[in-house]
Amino acid sequence: MSAGRRIVIVGAAQAGARCAEALRAEGFAGRIVLVGDEKHLPYERPALSKAVLLGEAAPESTEVHPRAFYDEKSIELRLGVRAEAIATSAQRVLLSDGAWLTYDRLVLCTGSRARPLAGAPDLPGVHTLRTLDDCAALARALAPGARLVVIGGGFIGLEVASSAVKRGLAVAVVERQDSLLERVVPRAVAAQVERLHRLNGVDLHLGRGAQRILGQDRVTGVELQDGSVLPADLVVIGIGIVPNTELGEAAGARSEDGLVVDEYGRTTLANVWAAGDVTSHPNPILGRRVRLESWQNAQNQAIAVARNLVGQERRYAEVPWFWSDQFDANIQMYGLAGPGDAVAWRGDPAGGKAIGFAFAGGRLVFAVGFNMGGELRLARRLIETGAEVDAAALCDPARKLKDIVSAAAASAVAPAA
Amino acid sequence: MAWHPVAEAEALSDDEVVGVKIAGKDIAVCRAGGEYFALGNVCTHQFALLSDGVIEDGCIECPIHQGRFDLKTGQPKGPPVSKAVDVYKVRVDGGRVMVELDEGSP
Repeated sequence: MSAGRRIVIVGAAQAGARCAEALRAEGFAGRIVLVGDEKHLPYERPALSKAVLLGEAAPESTEVHPRAFYDEKSIELRLGVRAEAIATSAQRVLLSDGAWLTYDRLVLCTGSRARPLAGAPDLPGVHTLRTLDDCAALARALAPGARLVVIGGGFIGLEVASSAVKRGLAVAVVERQDSLLERVVPRAVAAQVERLHRLNGVDLHLGRGAQRILGQDRVTGVELQDGSVLPADLVVIGIGIVPNTELGEAAGARSEDGLVVDEYGRTTLANVWAAGDVTSHPNPILGRRVRLESWQNAQNQAIAVARNLVGQERRYAEVPWFWSDQFDANIQMYGLAGPGDAVAWRGDPAGGKAIGFAFAGGRLVFAVGFNMGGELRLARRLIETGAEVDAAALCDPARKLKDIVSAAAASAVAPAA
Repeated sequence: MAWHPVAEAEALSDDEVVGVKIAGKDIAVCRAGGEYFALGNVCTHQFALLSDGVIEDGCIECPIHQGRFDLKTGQPKGPPVSKAVDVYKVRVDGGRVMVELDEGSP
């Protein structure tokens, strides 16, 4: 299969930039155009709620590549323009500046946007955090001593809470569910994160959602569902993200909580591919379809698509990996788990260093590490191979994780050989 | 140039790594396939100590974003890392792992 001569990538963030880079690395010599609606060079988002928000790292440090890279690699950047429509039969994309771009292959890396809070007023002092511009605006507003209410106890809200405490703000977090991180980790893990935030002085309000944001000329508080009011100088809404599927959908691509792609990254439209946050894709290791909002997926699914565009026929199959930094905790996760999954610990999570495991049918499906990045990484292979594993051994700190992983991997390989 | 002892050879088994600081430099000393290697210990992508990462398939992998560097050459093996880490000459002498360093440079 030939990739043709012109590849247009819509979405100039981490996935789009990595896709373009990988196309060149794989020897694609045709034209590459990278279209993005932000004026910034493609950048990575993790530091926007942490080091960049706190001014510890420059905004430029988030760039995927310096500008010169795109010139050297003959990657055309069309920044500050939106892709408005795809004419699939003519294989053209209409841009907001009126230009049409013709493609042989189109890659949609349109990502996602902050989920709006229904009924939230557009008041000074009310922020969301998704883009570099959002980050700059919030950074200017984080005044020491101010009262911040974060609506939403997911990763973005908790990272903002952590950064704001470091900056000297009084921080409250409001979460509608009874537990933090309800959608993404088992409750036993959420409980550790909750402990971490309480220890660091965050005022947590769980099981009560925000009902109304109060204020006339600027925000003054947040009213909760039970009628109580939390006074606020600043509000950050962090209630998740929504995939930007509209461009693909309008062109007729199938979409079910994300643009539906196969394990190679093909959408249901001819010659149209997709990668990153926007996709709903089959994960062969997990045996089900997922939409992932992660740095890893933005980078690696985009690289996989680039390789497939040049004809390599490689399935995208990775154990999902995610990390977050809050206060003094680096939290990393492999695999996916549900809120009700039981967790077995290696080490004492209250001590700040521990790994938690969740199993299904004697196999490891999820591992989370608090300040245990290196060791946790060893667990990835267990999830990858689906080897049967001795939970008690995994949780015994006297046993080396490396040895347990090697033994399990060997036993998993043996029957197939 | 001078040779510095950095670790007891026996203290490292295969696929293990330790971080040391010699003459102001952060160095990752590791063993793989019975051989010893020494590399710059700071990831070239964002700050992290490679010695907190893992050794696998002839590479050392950063604990933060999983950027990989070739143990022999220090060359990056793909995104997110694009810049090599320094590599240092290593020998084992009297049961000790020795690394050769240029004192002059910081």
